[in-house]
Amino acid sequence: MVEETIAGLYALQQMRCPVHLCIGQEAVAAGVCAQLRTADYLMSNHRSHGHYLAKGGDMKAMFAEIFGKATGCSGGKGGSMHLVDLTVNILGTTPIVGGVIPVAAGIAFGTVLQNKKRLSAVFMGEAAAEEGVFAETLNFCALKRLPVLFVCENNFFSVYSPLSVRQPAARSNSKLAAAYGIPAHAGDGNDVSGVYEAAGKAVRHIRVHGGPYYLEFKTYRWREHCGPNYDNDLGYRKESDFIKWRKRCPVENYQRKLLRDRILNSAVLEGMKSRISAEIAEAVRFAKESPFPPASDALSGVYSNR
Amino acid sequence: MEADKSVYIMGLGVPDPKGVFGTTLGLQKKFGSRRVLDMPVSENGMTGIALGSALVGMRPIITHQRIDFMLLSLDQIINNAAKWHYMFGGRQKMPVVFRLLVGRGWGQGPQHSQSLQALFAHIPGLKVVMPFSPYDAKGLLISAVEDDNPVVFIEHRWLHGICGAVPEDMYRVPLGEARVVREGKDITLVASSYMTLEAIRAAARLQELGVDCEIIDLRTVKPLDEKTIIDSVMKTGRLVVVDGGWRSFGVSAEIVALSSERCHGKLACAPRRIAFPDVPTPTSWALANHYYPDAADITAAVGGIFDIPAAMNDLNNRDCDIPRDVPDKSFTGPF
Repeated sequence: MVEETIAGLYALQQMRCPVHLCIGQEAVAAGVCAQLRTADYLMSNHRSHGHYLAKGGDMKAMFAEIFGKATGCSGGKGGSMHLVDLTVNILGTTPIVGGVIPVAAGIAFGTVLQNKKRLSAVFMGEAAAEEGVFAETLNFCALKRLPVLFVCENNFFSVYSPLSVRQPAARSNSKLAAAYGIPAHAGDGNDVSGVYEAAGKAVRHIRVHGGPYYLEFKTYRWREHCGPNYDNDLGYRKESDFIKWRKRCPVENYQRKLLRDRILNSAVLEGMKSRISAEIAEAVRFAKESPFPPASDALSGVYSNR
Repeated sequence: MEADKSVYIMGLGVPDPKGVFGTTLGLQKKFGSRRVLDMPVSENGMTGIALGSALVGMRPIITHQRIDFMLLSLDQIINNAAKWHYMFGGRQKMPVVFRLLVGRGWGQGPQHSQSLQALFAHIPGLKVVMPFSPYDAKGLLISAVEDDNPVVFIEHRWLHGICGAVPEDMYRVPLGEARVVREGKDITLVASSYMTLEAIRAAARLQELGVDCEIIDLRTVKPLDEKTIIDSVMKTGRLVVVDGGWRSFGVSAEIVALSSERCHGKLACAPRRIAFPDVPTPTSWALANHYYPDAADITAAVGGIFDIPAAMNDLNNRDCDIPRDVPDKSFTGPF
């Protein structure tokens, strides 16, 4: 609903930064983050709105950041691709592919040096597995048995470049993690219950045994790589694939299941939706009404003062 | 490391029997393998590890025995370390020190002897430190470790052998402050790191020839101590910048630009640059002799400004048929 709101308002040209919407990929963020504690750390990539919100990131600060306002989570200096909320240990999201993977592992390394029991989760796309730091980080995490939860969302595309031109067909990238001796699981990223169960197993493993764990979930990006629109007209992917994945909408299917199993009824569901809508409307209002950062902010804050 | 338990040091060979040219010997025994550690040969990944640990309160020092290997970690340094404080609205700090050694001589060649201070100094968010004296090396390193920002700490291998008084206690040399190494009235020589030593040698020779040089040792390249440079150039009216780095788009170019912008009316002559030619470092000593400028080049440049023909003698008499690829005669390789 948040992402649909952004898509709907994007044409106003008030959100003047790239946005990478996670519509179609919500189950991974929701299922994994439901297994994390507030004290656990999280880092993510360019497509991070879902991860940020699922971990408990402040929605108003996120919208304000996308609107470039002083009240944004990064004071307007980061935008959609640089979300942070230290109150829930989201230490940052960045768009350089694979860029936060070693940083997230470093957080775990730091907490180990401090004798703290914390888990550090990092969300990555499948293309990040092509980066050198991915291999370097897996190696170090395996070597030092760092409490890192790797969560790979395999949506088959890096911008418009399909997986088939980037990685060998017969090899899931979870096998790369397994090759380093890291327990790995590959599963359906559109089944939130399955994601939740797999993440629970992974998190328990990390907490009990220490050491990293790798999760790979296949899922699908509905909209364009960057921006509010559908882009099936470009021809880089098949319309039939999109339709197939559209039917597997993680949100609709889970709602249907909850109604069918009588865990929810439609009145409760509608109540939840209207509460969420109100929260989103309030966040948008907050973002729009917030002031822009002062001019002096542009040239200050390069160094921390000490 | 005794004063602050959050400080740790890692790098390839840090605890090995040679201890990074002796600089880390005995540290692991004293502080344990958790705080003094070797690492996988994964420069970019391990830099990211250091950054992550810094975000949760550690103060890592990551060491490379040659600055050249650190180029593999430019992504983490430039995309992450340098920007983290700014791009997340000042919510986090990034205290990390990159301790990098510049090799020189004995055939170190194109990929073992680069001087990259200008590259790092160009990046907003980084601080770049280049000590010359032993006293400053300690005081600046302590300041760098205590600083809440990423600091690129560049050590020149040829300075490891020089001697100077170093107090036992904890003292700090502030980052961003140059030092007037030698006061003089005729001309300002701005240098840093090993080239400060060459400038001191040149100044002694030039004194014999009647030129009184003021020498500024930058100590910190970024942030640059503009005031000390400008004050000196306003006083002497002449400037020669000596930089152990490439000439084009380099530290020397920056300082000459600064003098043009800020001291224009006071300059009695055009500023000069002495720096490395725009080629990779050649390996053979016979070629390297023609690559590295030294005190004779500085003396000749200043002599040219003051029209002192004798100042050219050292340069003209420089014997290019013998190796000048070691800091002193005690150095017999391999590096």
